[in-house]
Amino acid sequence: MSLSIRLTINGAPRDIALEDARVTLLDLLRERLALPGTKKGCDRGQCGACTVIVNGKRVNSCLTLAATLDGAQVTTIEGLATGDRLHPVQEAFIEQDGFQCGYCTPGQIMSAVGLIAEGRAGDDPERIREGMSGNICRCAAYHGITLAVQEATRRMAEAEKGDAA
Amino acid sequence: MPDTLAHPVRFGSNAGQPVTRRDGIAKVTGTATFTADNSPENLLHAVYVPATIARGRVTHLDVAAAEAHPGVTMVMTPGNRPALQGDPSAKPTMFSFRIEVLQDDSVRYAGQPIALVLGETLEAATEGARLLNPRYAAEPARTRIDDDEAAPVEPGGFGRPAGVEHGDVAAGHAAATKAIDVTYETSAQYHNAMETHAVVAQWEGDKLSLDVPSQALLMSCAGYAYFFGIPAENVTIRAPYLGGGFGSKAIPTGPQVLAILAAKETGRPVKLMLTRQQMFGPVGHRGATRQRLRLGIDDGAALTVIDHEGLAATSSFDDFVEPAANASQGLYAAGALRSAHRAVRLDVGTPGPMRAPGEASGSAALECAMDEMAEAAGIDPLEFRLRNYAETEPGTGKPYSSKALRECYMQGAERFGWSGRPLLPRQMKDENGLLTGWGMGTALFPCPMFAADARATLRSDGSALVETSAIDMGQGAWTALAQIAADSLGLPLDMVEFRAGHSSLPDGGVAGGSGHTATAGGALHAAGGDVIRQLGEIAAADPESPLHGAGNAAFSARDGRLYVDGDDSRSDSFADILARAGSAELVGNGSASRAPEDAEKFSMHSHGAVFAEVKVDPDLCQVRVTRMVGAFAAGRIINPKLAESQLLGGMIWGISFALHEEAKHDPRTGRIVNADFAGYHVPVNADVTGLEVLTVHEDDPYVNALGIKGVGEIGIVGSVGAIANAIWHATGHRIRRFPIRIEDLLTA
Ligand code: FES
Ligand code: FES
Repeated sequence: MSLSIRLTINGAPRDIALEDARVTLLDLLRERLALPGTKKGCDRGQCGACTVIVNGKRVNSCLTLAATLDGAQVTTIEGLATGDRLHPVQEAFIEQDGFQCGYCTPGQIMSAVGLIAEGRAGDDPERIREGMSGNICRCAAYHGITLAVQEATRRMAEAEKGDAA
Repeated sequence: MPDTLAHPVRFGSNAGQPVTRRDGIAKVTGTATFTADNSPENLLHAVYVPATIARGRVTHLDVAAAEAHPGVTMVMTPGNRPALQGDPSAKPTMFSFRIEVLQDDSVRYAGQPIALVLGETLEAATEGARLLNPRYAAEPARTRIDDDEAAPVEPGGFGRPAGVEHGDVAAGHAAATKAIDVTYETSAQYHNAMETHAVVAQWEGDKLSLDVPSQALLMSCAGYAYFFGIPAENVTIRAPYLGGGFGSKAIPTGPQVLAILAAKETGRPVKLMLTRQQMFGPVGHRGATRQRLRLGIDDGAALTVIDHEGLAATSSFDDFVEPAANASQGLYAAGALRSAHRAVRLDVGTPGPMRAPGEASGSAALECAMDEMAEAAGIDPLEFRLRNYAETEPGTGKPYSSKALRECYMQGAERFGWSGRPLLPRQMKDENGLLTGWGMGTALFPCPMFAADARATLRSDGSALVETSAIDMGQGAWTALAQIAADSLGLPLDMVEFRAGHSSLPDGGVAGGSGHTATAGGALHAAGGDVIRQLGEIAAADPESPLHGAGNAAFSARDGRLYVDGDDSRSDSFADILARAGSAELVGNGSASRAPEDAEKFSMHSHGAVFAEVKVDPDLCQVRVTRMVGAFAAGRIINPKLAESQLLGGMIWGISFALHEEAKHDPRTGRIVNADFAGYHVPVNADVTGLEVLTVHEDDPYVNALGIKGVGEIGIVGSVGAIANAIWHATGHRIRRFPIRIEDLLTA
């Protein structure tokens, strides 16, 4: 049995013949589409390492069956920067040392991008911590992560203001 | 403490700078390649079946059902497992453990691999493993510390700690005018690096190429080579990034060896990645302990004795006895000191070193006991520790190579506001009526060095390549080691290309014991020094060089130029020196290890003081750590930004130890019932607020040429006790079992 779906991944349309209905979005990206930037930390929705943006929302790609996503827009860590220009969240993670080993980092960053888009946390550290708590960091880089999300939120808001003016 | 360096060393402008991570862009763009990110052509996926009983035998596996599943290419069981050249019970290298590689049908702990399934896809292999549907002849499982009789530990190297005794312990007890006798328990904890253990194995003839996360590349090569009967040079390991290690990724594990065997058998590359649940078994953990502490003081509150007995759980078939009681050595000036270890054998996977092995568990108990002793004496816990401050190593009388613990106490206390602390518990409430308490703990961690080699190559354009098989598992080796190398060469950081994480490079040693920066850094420092020395010789002999004839005058290197010491008017650029000599490059070699005479003469430790504030809901007994200040003295800090991150990470592990982590066994089956991130709690972002790190500089001429002590583990030490003591201060309850749970406080 083969199932075909069309996804737009990091802006590029992809027609995908799925030979197996059990394939999760995470394993599709990592094992079949050569996009291993998205990480597997638990494979059951408990750690956030696999977070990607699907149709504008952050989701755990390990809990999402690829076959259910026909027509979806997917952004992964590989698609966040524009050429050599890093996304403000990526920049802020480097500046604030928001990681150590870097394994949870793609998930943290995509989650932060999602959180900022949700607009529910602003630059309030308490709310950022709450909103980022679906992403476990065993290295415990939480201090830097919170600062990075705060910083990126501010910078993105300023840039938006600048664009509007 | 000596305030000047006995052997002054050249320090350039790179060390000491809070440089951002050089691997930062790779890590934020998803291009940093971790083991399981590799997918060579023609790959097979391996999934193993973990035992679901803790003791007994496997009586049946439905191999036919698994083999019939589309995409399954091979099922490996004890019945058909190809031979290994090495003995799984042998321990081929330092830090080795006995491994489970389907050598028979016995089950020694829940989670032990009992079969391996290969598939064309991960989905097929996963389903094949499920279809094996094992049946067992189960025996009663022993998983609690009381399930077995305690036996003394036969000391004998790694995992079998010797006890230590100094002074007359009986006399110390007799001399006490006040004494306490308390018992603390710590739970089994599992490392759970975010990147689970994995391997991608490929054979070409008798050459083995591995992507595998390893904290010790060359040692791991030797270990794998042993099991497959090939020379260590035939094994290549690529490990540019580790997704955390914490002590669990030092050497080959059973599942990894099985995957390599499967690759050999099938002639195809094989990838194995442990599931999160599989991390609770064959890859080590911090064993549970029960520790009895008897402390006595005289009328002046001076300790007459610290008597620390540790009981630790190990597996039924191998030894790793948590050296918890040894944490009482080296810190407080007690008249007599005793540390003793006993072990029980349980049906669990073999424990192993986990971030601050010994110190984390031992200090948790010791620092709480110190608090109880201070309470009995009726004096402030900080004051009590200062009264028992050791100016020389207790018991041995050795001087410390450096010890700025007093400064840590003072600066940490000042920053925290400790002086306002009421002596008695249950005195403070916040504006919301939450019980508030302050506690503290002392941190002590040894600063071992291993051995490492490095190579530095100066190129004709004046840039350099520096190489060592060092490991970055998050501590920042890509950055801090490059900073050291740049300084050793007198070059700006961006002129230095740094290569690490590959076994073909000079042996970078072991990333463990908080000694990697000191050891690999020391080797790089020596390699750079070797280049500069040779360069000086060439220039001094070159009539066209401004340095010609400088003879015995020492040279110093700065910004790509060599200067005559003390005469800045005489200098020559690296590139010019090489060009005139017609050399395309100049290679220097270096190695580092601890000078034995210094190790003999001095007690070498990092120190710290941790202060914690907790708030406890008076009705629900929910505990929150609201503030922590850690002040640490760990010699020279190469990169303050990265060191702060490591120390903060360690302190958060302290929160985790004190309040979160515990693997719970079902006593009927022996299985761990909470073997995933839903049930096995580690701190998330919302658990972490108000943490602060201070570092106190120390010049230490004896630990190593660079004066580095290491910061990877000490953050957890002291933090656990500080939190528990703060909980007592908030509530008046001493909970002597970790993690401290709501129900313990509700029923206290
Ligand atoms: S891998 Fe998806 S949440 Fe952990
Ligand atoms: S940076 Fe290592 S797990 Fe987050």
